[in-house]
Amino acid sequence: MEQVGQLLGSDVVRILAGLIGVIALVAVNALFLIWMERKVSAHMQLRPGPMEVGWHGAIQTIADAVKLMGKELITPEEVDRPIFYLAPIVVFLPVLLCFLVIPFSQTMIVRDMNVGIVLILAFSTLTVLAILMGGWASNNKYAVFGAIRSVAQNIAYEIPLLVTVMSIILMVGSFKLTDIVAAQSRCWFILMQPLAFILFIICATAETNRTPFDLPEAESELVAGFHTEYSGMRFALFFLAEYTNMFIVSAVATVLFLGGWHGPILPGVVWFLIKVYAVIFLIMWFRWTFPRVRFDQLVTFAWKILIPLSFANLLLTALLLKIF
Amino acid sequence: MMTYFKEILVGFWSLLMGMAVTIRYFTKPIVTVQYPREKIEMTPRYRGYPQLIIDPETHTHRCIACEMCSRICPSQLITVEGTKFPGEKQKRATKYVHEHYYCSLCGLCTEVCPTTALEYSAEYRLAGFHRADAVIDHLTLLQQRQKTASLPVTPVPTDADIAAAVAAEAAAKEAKAAAAAAKKPAPGAEVKE
Repeated sequence: MEQVGQLLGSDVVRILAGLIGVIALVAVNALFLIWMERKVSAHMQLRPGPMEVGWHGAIQTIADAVKLMGKELITPEEVDRPIFYLAPIVVFLPVLLCFLVIPFSQTMIVRDMNVGIVLILAFSTLTVLAILMGGWASNNKYAVFGAIRSVAQNIAYEIPLLVTVMSIILMVGSFKLTDIVAAQSRCWFILMQPLAFILFIICATAETNRTPFDLPEAESELVAGFHTEYSGMRFALFFLAEYTNMFIVSAVATVLFLGGWHGPILPGVVWFLIKVYAVIFLIMWFRWTFPRVRFDQLVTFAWKILIPLSFANLLLTALLLKIF
Repeated sequence: MMTYFKEILVGFWSLLMGMAVTIRYFTKPIVTVQYPREKIEMTPRYRGYPQLIIDPETHTHRCIACEMCSRICPSQLITVEGTKFPGEKQKRATKYVHEHYYCSLCGLCTEVCPTTALEYSAEYRLAGFHRADAVIDHLTLLQQRQKTASLPVTPVPTDADIAAAVAAEAAAKEAKAAAAAAKKPAPGAEVKE
């Protein structure tokens, strides 16, 4: 009995249970988000969206996933094989890693690292590497264009993103996500740092390659951008990673600005998920409102507006912290 | 410097205005009709296939089987048959079949009808699995419409009815001819005399 108790409390079991939970969450979240996206887009265009499979089309995504699994995995003749095969895995792995440090509630966290936010920011950048790998290895001009754009986009949004997050970390004095949430028990940081929230959401939209910053996959210009040559489950992995990335940036926004698990009556996990899906709805709302920006417009916008504003915000935060 | 901040604020405001538009549409009721499950009211001037008018007084059709419609039809898709039933002044349709797959909806049949027996229906759901699904038997259709309007149903004459009516009419004709012959002696006899 004692041994069982020890085993249950041990790190190995915690990591295993966490991994299984994370993989299950990733799958369910992607299924739900694809359905949600189709419904949101449909209602914004006065359409009903998927209605046939299940209640209001709720299991339409499962049918689509089954179809995708049945599809042939096409590998074009001229691709760079090892990199081409590796790219979907590389895009998906960091996404799984980021989940390990997200605090769903006070106790529901796989590993409470003291560098949590740094880990998330570091690993989410790997997505760009995967996109570059996939686009380059495809040996297709549209795919290469998508990959190049993704890299250019990366230098545009990454700096304001990090600087914005820094202003929150200055206020808390810790990289630990649980500490950041705990610091918001009285007042959410969105009220103290509204400008930082806006900047963060803009950068998060760019980070997840969502419209208006979906330059790497711009389907009206580049066929499908970096994943033009991918089919079947390889394409599905890119798709899954995109929607999971959306969940992660929304979770980070919830932790940094919306008070994480804090909320009356309902348990912490429920509050956390409600806030996360509210942020995701905001990002979807952007997609069906704004047209895609041009590459140079994005870079100009980032360097002339986002970066100065985020630095100004950081300086102001530091000054106010010093005075009070 | 002022223009820089002004530009940012104006731009941000315009983004918010755009989002207000989409969220307003998000909350509006959807306009798409779920085709096989939902039905919409067509406008009164919608031109569907021609159908028999239910007469408001007699609660039945007005077709006298004159075959004007089948003759004027450019696609020759209307088949009308009629018989004169005993005790009635005019012929009455016993069969009215409209092969809708040939129909160009020109409307000549409804215009030419001397008794204004035809109108355009408001039915727009005409998809079917077989060619036979597009053949419209107007007398059965009329019965269905009478049933839904809870009116007395006009029976479709069976072959036996038609044969009886034809026989009765022939007998009546013969009787009439015989009566005429009896009343007036044959003209040939007078000439002979």
